[in-house]
Amino acid sequence: MTHGSGTHRTVAVEGLSRVEGEGSLRVDVRDGVVEDVALTIFEPPRFFEALLRGRAAAEAPDITARICGICPVAYQMSACAAVEDAVGVRVDDRVTALRRLLYCGEWIQSHALHVYLLHAPDFLGCADAVELAERDRAAVQRGLALKKTGNLVMETVGGRAVHPVNVRVGGFYRAPSPAAVAALAGPLERARDAAVATVGWVAGFDFPDVEGEYRFVALRGDGCYPMESGRVVSSDGLDVTAAAFADRVVEEHVARSTALHARLDGRLEYLTGPLARYALNADQLPEVAVRAAAAAGLGTRCANPFRSIVVRAVELVAACDEALRLVNGYEPPEPAAAPVEWQAGVGTGATEAPRGLLFHRYELDGAGLIRSARIVPPTSQNQLTIEADLRRVAQAGLDLPDDQLTWRCEQAVRNHDPCISCAAHFLDLTVARR
Amino acid sequence: MTDDRPTVAVWKFASCDGCQLTLLDCEDEFLTIAGVVRFAHFAEVSRARVDGPYDLSLVEGSITTEEDLLRIQEIRAASRRLVTIGACAVAGGIQALRNFAAEGAYAAAVYAHPEYLSSLETSTAIAAHVPVDVELQGCPISRRQLLEVITAELAHRRPVLPSHSVCQECKAAGTVCLTVCDGTACLGPVTRAGCGALCPSIGRGCFGCFGPSSGANPGALVDELLGAGTSRAEASRLFATFNVGNPVFGDQSAALTGRGEQEEPT
Repeated sequence: MTHGSGTHRTVAVEGLSRVEGEGSLRVDVRDGVVEDVALTIFEPPRFFEALLRGRAAAEAPDITARICGICPVAYQMSACAAVEDAVGVRVDDRVTALRRLLYCGEWIQSHALHVYLLHAPDFLGCADAVELAERDRAAVQRGLALKKTGNLVMETVGGRAVHPVNVRVGGFYRAPSPAAVAALAGPLERARDAAVATVGWVAGFDFPDVEGEYRFVALRGDGCYPMESGRVVSSDGLDVTAAAFADRVVEEHVARSTALHARLDGRLEYLTGPLARYALNADQLPEVAVRAAAAAGLGTRCANPFRSIVVRAVELVAACDEALRLVNGYEPPEPAAAPVEWQAGVGTGATEAPRGLLFHRYELDGAGLIRSARIVPPTSQNQLTIEADLRRVAQAGLDLPDDQLTWRCEQAVRNHDPCISCAAHFLDLTVARR
Repeated sequence: MTDDRPTVAVWKFASCDGCQLTLLDCEDEFLTIAGVVRFAHFAEVSRARVDGPYDLSLVEGSITTEEDLLRIQEIRAASRRLVTIGACAVAGGIQALRNFAAEGAYAAAVYAHPEYLSSLETSTAIAAHVPVDVELQGCPISRRQLLEVITAELAHRRPVLPSHSVCQECKAAGTVCLTVCDGTACLGPVTRAGCGALCPSIGRGCFGCFGPSSGANPGALVDELLGAGTSRAEASRLFATFNVGNPVFGDQSAALTGRGEQEEPT
């Protein structure tokens, strides 16, 4: 919608789509200069940190999974890590491997959803994947098959794809049988091929020539791509434990958003997610993902937010390959869960959700009840950087007609796969030109 | 060319997105569905928006804000049939725990400036505000049941949905009863079937994702659980999760400890 003329114009779109949740977006342009941008999230708050108080810490994985239906495993993994840190439980390597396999399933499911159903239609000028399927049904079917394989891994290890039931503090309720896990190998091999094809497909899209100036923050894997554990590192030299990182992240409540805005040391904006993980861990990728990235012309660092779709596809390859490695080396943990003795304590857990770093911090009493909880999802950490992107993208695109500029701005948000239900939702876009 | 396919709209209120994701999790069926219906409003999937009226609205999430109180009225008015999907829409979701808390306590615990928020003090089911044609329970809903409801709506017939308990699914699957064998606290006897008795099959007690089954008698189950060693506080918490907004579970939880004065951390 366009109002006004000359240097005083307003472009408004109601509802930014193909993001998880709902929010609004405003870009103010005066005399050809982007003056102000705001990503506003008014997802109705659900007050998880409040409702967790007085609950048993053992319930944290299942309750916090309900923050997000697309990345429930991320919540379960961060919750388990934090509670285990609080009570001093160490899990065995086989539990860690099985958790990583479950997490691979979620990465495959979530990245396939984003690449094929939420993001790719932008590059191909389609309203949605249904329209895209009319042009290239095979591509959409490949995406759906990939997504299905991710769900299959989650169902096999976790019991179901949305809000898995098999995860508990200390490990799992029951380890899946070796036969059930072995049956994942065939689908995962096909998925890995499909993921490699995905990298080639998305690398051929047209990308606007925009580079962000990002402070990347991600976990640093220990010999493998980061997922369920690691130290927190940044592109400007940070290297700390999850607990030390949590202490340095300051969240601010601003009027326009039900998502808290996170800053490092109370002042520095930063970006988590695929671009950050890739920049800080490209050397940890498996061979097949390295080859796919090289063939796609990706260096060891990518700062063009539109090309995040290529990085996400490379991570799809990595997740499929890693899942296969774990399937082939599977030994059922015995026992399936480490015993837990409840005691008072404070614990922090940070893991890599598909969209970026997710950390939880719990303070427990001696009976294992939660005295206080803090949950910091990727989208509240990324929100300020997404706004900076919007400013850059809008400024670079001011020559575009209103409808294309609007679409470009929506895309600038989708580049980061924001999970607004996590952050708290509702994207309306308003571009005001004055 | 006119498009005479039935129109389907998907709406989100306070929720996690997992139930509408379940529609996309029908990977084998999604493109087929998208061929026989027209997604007229499905923000998570499409930029395209078509104004109502809609033949079928699928509604996810609970009512927690003044704006949403109005929005659900508009959606109902624009929808020939309205189906609620998932525990948030059917019972208020886990966020309905706030209904039992002291006024204002939740917002102040999470947000530095509660005055910026416009939340209601309660999280309520869609059916508390507008007539609902079909309710699909579950946290999350079952993919199979969702396909059944969509198919039934398209065929103008009533969906075949179970009203019996998870117990019967365990019996059908040959899963040995956990409560009888080792005293595991399990809500299976009072929880609606639909998940396939997933938890008991992995040695875990049912925790009530699908809400109460028809004719559930939680009081009798509580006697059994307390007798088997579950504490009153644990039993209360067990009934106070995703379906706490359904009085069958919520009242039982409150009766066990008096919700709101539920155990404070020491």
